[in-house]
Amino acid sequence: MAKNNLAFVRKDIIDESPAPNLSKGIVGWSKENLFSSPSNTILTIIGMALLLYILPPLYNFVFGHAVWPGEGVTVEACRAHGTGACWAYIDDRMSFFVYGFFPKDAYWATQEGFLASIMQYWRVNSVFAVGVLLLVPLMWPDLKYKTVNAILFFVVYPVFVFYMLKGGVFGLEEVQTESWGGLTVTLIIGLVGIVVSLPMGIVLALGRQSKMPIIKTACIMFIEVWRAVPLITVLFMASVMLPLFMPVGMTVDKLLRALVGVSFFSAAYMAEVVRGGLQALPKGQSEAAASLGMNYWKSMLFIILPQALKHVIPGIVNSFIALFKDTSLVSIVGIFDLLKTVQISNLNLDWASENQAITGYLFAAAVFWVFCFGMSRYSLMMEDRLNTSHKN
Amino acid sequence: MADQNGSHKNVPKPSFVNDPKVRGIFYQLVVMAIIVAFVVVVAQNTAANLAAQNKSTGFDFFSQSSGFDIFFTLIPYDRASSYWDAFVVGMLNTLLVSVIGVFLATLLGFTLGIARLSNNWIIAKMAMVYVETLRNIPLLLQLFFWYTAILKTMPNVKQSFEWFGSIFVNKRGIYFPKPVPDDIFNWVILAFFIAIAGAFLLKHWAKKRLENTGQRFPVFWASIGIIIIFPALVWLVSGANLSFDVPILKGFNYKGGLVLPPEFMALLLGLVLYTAAFIAEIVRSGIVAVEKGQTEAAQSLGLKDGDRLRLVIIPQAMRVIVPPLTSQFLNLTKNSSLAAAIGYPDLVSVFMQTTLNQTGRAVEIVFVTMMVYLTLSLLTSAYMNWYNSRVAMVVR
Amino acid sequence: MKNKIVTLALSATMGLMATTAMAGTLEDVVAKGYVQCGVTTGVAGFALPDADNKWAGLDVDYCKALASAIFNDADAVRYTPLNSTERFAAMSSGEVDLLSRVTTWTMSRDTQLGMNFVGTMFYDGQGFMVRKDSGITSPSELSGAAVCIQTGTTTELNAADYFAANNLEFTPVVFVDRDEVVKAYEDGRCDVYTTDASGLAANRTKFAVPSDHVILSEIISKEPLAPVVRQGDDTWFNVARWTYFALLNAEELGVTSANVDEMLGSDNPSVKRLLGVEGDFGTPLGLNKDWAYQIIKNVGNYSEIYERNVGVNTPLGLERGVNALWTQGGIQYAPPIR
Repeated sequence: MAKNNLAFVRKDIIDESPAPNLSKGIVGWSKENLFSSPSNTILTIIGMALLLYILPPLYNFVFGHAVWPGEGVTVEACRAHGTGACWAYIDDRMSFFVYGFFPKDAYWATQEGFLASIMQYWRVNSVFAVGVLLLVPLMWPDLKYKTVNAILFFVVYPVFVFYMLKGGVFGLEEVQTESWGGLTVTLIIGLVGIVVSLPMGIVLALGRQSKMPIIKTACIMFIEVWRAVPLITVLFMASVMLPLFMPVGMTVDKLLRALVGVSFFSAAYMAEVVRGGLQALPKGQSEAAASLGMNYWKSMLFIILPQALKHVIPGIVNSFIALFKDTSLVSIVGIFDLLKTVQISNLNLDWASENQAITGYLFAAAVFWVFCFGMSRYSLMMEDRLNTSHKN
Repeated sequence: MADQNGSHKNVPKPSFVNDPKVRGIFYQLVVMAIIVAFVVVVAQNTAANLAAQNKSTGFDFFSQSSGFDIFFTLIPYDRASSYWDAFVVGMLNTLLVSVIGVFLATLLGFTLGIARLSNNWIIAKMAMVYVETLRNIPLLLQLFFWYTAILKTMPNVKQSFEWFGSIFVNKRGIYFPKPVPDDIFNWVILAFFIAIAGAFLLKHWAKKRLENTGQRFPVFWASIGIIIIFPALVWLVSGANLSFDVPILKGFNYKGGLVLPPEFMALLLGLVLYTAAFIAEIVRSGIVAVEKGQTEAAQSLGLKDGDRLRLVIIPQAMRVIVPPLTSQFLNLTKNSSLAAAIGYPDLVSVFMQTTLNQTGRAVEIVFVTMMVYLTLSLLTSAYMNWYNSRVAMVVR
Repeated sequence: MKNKIVTLALSATMGLMATTAMAGTLEDVVAKGYVQCGVTTGVAGFALPDADNKWAGLDVDYCKALASAIFNDADAVRYTPLNSTERFAAMSSGEVDLLSRVTTWTMSRDTQLGMNFVGTMFYDGQGFMVRKDSGITSPSELSGAAVCIQTGTTTELNAADYFAANNLEFTPVVFVDRDEVVKAYEDGRCDVYTTDASGLAANRTKFAVPSDHVILSEIISKEPLAPVVRQGDDTWFNVARWTYFALLNAEELGVTSANVDEMLGSDNPSVKRLLGVEGDFGTPLGLNKDWAYQIIKNVGNYSEIYERNVGVNTPLGLERGVNALWTQGGIQYAPPIR
């Protein structure tokens, strides 16, 4: 009883007192993340100084002092001293950067308005649109009909692209491949690269694991040779030597030559990615398939490959990123990809100014970055999904 | 069905057509035939095309005089030199930029990879932005950028940065004094190598001692001491003489000394920064792959911070790091072929462009160039495979 | 269904290969319905995409003139951009019918590569550009200079020859891309930029302050830039050659695209023969009687082409100089049509 009356015993629990000011909010956060130790403080100061040194001039060049497109903005504005990037130049040459020499539609080029500006290049634009329509559901992990979708994208779509751009059938005006250009060609090389290199890489990877010595040696040699040489030598070979390999009097389209070079090159890399997936599969899988009475091709097609490929989706996307960046090398052999259209526009005297070239390169870098960064995020997302499905 | 035990004895021999062995041989013969036919057709077509174009073939052009100059060479070369010399110049330039590039990219890549795991927020984020920016932009574009940046920021010849009156930096490159050793100086160089060998022996002995007695020996400082003091002693005793050829401003440019041209700097910078972004990711995932328990176990054993990283974490991370690191080294070497775009005279620029243009021997030149890269690549992978087998986990 | 797709895909690939009979280029061209013309991958004034993303320039206009002569249609041309490494290979494989691509006419190219040079569309010569503040007035003061050059061109060899012949030392800094050469010079990598005089003029306009740079008056080489056809096809060679001559003759006779219809009624027999009013000079070439009329109507005469692409009113701002007609102090000269 007496104890209960003791005044210093609390009956109820007191509320949590707030954390000291120094360990909460922005102060606490920076104490923990920026100034937790002397060496950390020094690092933070160095980092801040570096940012202060880089960011303001960069911001001024790209935004602050840049010349933006608009009514009455001419090259004179870009020639003024102390201006930053000349975005007006990019805006003016944009159609060349995207469509290259592709001819405008005769009818729509004379019309005005938003619709007309899309329809001027309706053939190329519809290729872009269909591509997005097929690609988005293919990359969306939860959607069904993946097989149909994949066949549409990897087999039907390239044929569609070819006839839509090249024309000469269904009443479309024929456009030779030399008139294709800009981002269109960059994307085409990327598309053909993946469409050819993925199946070819699978075949090569299977061949490399084959028990038949001749096939195995042939595949290993193919893979190792292409992987050992720089793409630029491959492209040179394709552009200078491939015509010599053809029968006398037969010519191969310039773009096709580059496509062959790029596809073979990336097939060799793809083969190694796929091999990684094949090796990661436990042997039990193929033994189980064999015990079910499946032959080699059936067990590959229905048991091994689906699992192996699923494992290496991130790897496949990563080598596709590499392939996409490498497409910029075709500009060296005179194919008008995005980089080449930027380079050639940089020679254009109508927009000659001090920052013309650097603005062009900045634009090209931004375009490549958006595509590659998007793909790498996608690859990360897939990696996460695949991880959880196995660990849980 | 009645005689289950005997059934596998009586398996009917598959018909000749269905025998897997026969089929295997058949497939291989078909593949072989296709490859041979392909090679024959290509060879015939090439010969016919070359004949139709009246082109001469063969490697005799190697001994002809090249007639063009190269501004950055590691061996004596002028326009009277042969195409073979030009080839060697290009190859050495490729090797030079690759070797230095691999070294620097590894350093920077490890730093960045560790920085990405730093608990300092600003450093970790800066490393992340760096990695995500640089690896998603084509290297070719980056090279154009760095070349422009170097030329725009460096001073003109007359306003060169100057250190100690002997090192000059301007738009034409970095000028160093060139050491000119006399004959006796070779002994000093020999002493230097002997000292390095001695340092290795010392390290070996110290490790043994640590294992046997648990006593430490300051290997690092001792080695530095040996490597500096021993050659210096030999230098003093032998009376060797080392003079320097200091660059001097004459007319337009500095003359004499050693020059690193801005093309070299831009290519090196571009390659190192680009490859480092990839190496950083490899290093990060390598370190992340080492289980946390390893760190804790090392701590509970009382290992110091540096020893913990050096003896426990890094060796385990290296297993994950080495194979992808190899392919980055190879990528850097191959990417150095983009040198042609910014005017650095590497193998592709000197041989596959200038020489090819002048001689027109497309087949021979492309073949030789590819063989060089193939050899480089095989040598690198052979070395890295050997190294990899050393660090690979020993499964007991 | 599957088979159909495979067939389509295969035929798509095959559609990108072509077999060319190399017997008669003119017949091939007529059968195809267009001229396949090899151009540069971009040289201001000679071949560069214009505001409408179409090829334009002096070299391009020659291709158009040729197409006009054959098809009465200046747009019956397809362009293949070629870099200097692949240009001759593309010719000998039959990929292009004609090369109109700032190519210097040299003896070795004419005699060893199986090519024929049509005629000099543009007389150029290699010159030097230096910074004004360097105070240099003659190439002989260039000893020890760093020189920016484009690789794979006659320029590279000319420069080496010049400096060797004059006992001058120099440091060549070579690039694949013209754009890079110019940028390197502007950024101060070199003391001197050397290329054809037309190129020097074109690039000077790009600099922040063009008047800071001077083009030295001394020209160190002859660079006759000429269209190229394959050797051994005289019919095609003649068509290409006389297209070029027709441009010059038209200027000499004062026939322009503006007045060509009036000129049809001219009393001058030379004009009458040129425009096909009197006599038939087209048929022996394998062309129509009014071939030259079509060239001038569609493309204009040499002077119009020159002024439109590289003349004083263009960013290049080149005087006619040696490219003026022989009657005006230049060396452009065409045999008469008769």
